[in-house]
Amino acid sequence: MAMKITNHIKEKTLTLSLDGELDASSSVLLDEELSKPEIMLFSKILVDCENLNYISSAGLGVFISHLQRFEDAQIKLIFFNMQEKVKNVFEILGLDLLMTIVSTYDEALTVANE
Amino acid sequence: MNNWITISCNLNNLQLVRDFVTDFLSPYALSDTVLNQIKVAIDEITANVIIHSNKKDDNKFLKLTITPMQDCLLFEIADKGEPFDSKKYKKPDISNFIEQGKKGGVGLALVNLIMDKVEFTSENGSNFCRLAKKVETNSLSA
Repeated sequence: MAMKITNHIKEKTLTLSLDGELDASSSVLLDEELSKPEIMLFSKILVDCENLNYISSAGLGVFISHLQRFEDAQIKLIFFNMQEKVKNVFEILGLDLLMTIVSTYDEALTVANE
Repeated sequence: MNNWITISCNLNNLQLVRDFVTDFLSPYALSDTVLNQIKVAIDEITANVIIHSNKKDDNKFLKLTITPMQDCLLFEIADKGEPFDSKKYKKPDISNFIEQGKKGGVGLALVNLIMDKVEFTSENGSNFCRLAKKVETNSLSA
């Protein structure tokens, strides 16, 4: 199963819905998405992980590689609806402490607006 | 069901490897999290073998074998590409990677944290990565 990324834009908030599995093959798509110049126009990027069924280091690496750039541009990157087994992969490396992962969309909005 | 799978060194085949691991381990009562961790570890090694040892050459192959033992699962990934030099491996500093915007380099760290034993050997032109994961004995009773 490949990766499908759906965009939803509301004012300065971009919601990316990830559907599928992020491995060394499919993570290229996500990297292209996050590398688009227009992404820097948003102030919040919310990543809906409800249908993200799998992530390997290649997928984590894409987020790791953009994190500083977003932070420098004061763009908030927030993950929500993450499946427990996927969250566990972030936790193994301690990435849950370096990234913002919340349970629900409402929570993501609250954190985004803080 | 065979306890092994052979694939050509193409990243599109990572999905096949994960599906094989899921199917082979389905009779065992592993939690979702542990099964997923095992898939991640195998996926990381397989991706490294495809990318680094075999330069994504579709004419080269790797073989994954799973051997269930009484209290653990053994995994062996074998190929005939460039051997991996584990002595050159340095544990990644993730905060540093974030600052530098670095994309790769955390795969083997994940494997080391997930698996109880990780070993790389090369003999007569073949490379072997052997991994062991301890699991509850009763989860293997199936």
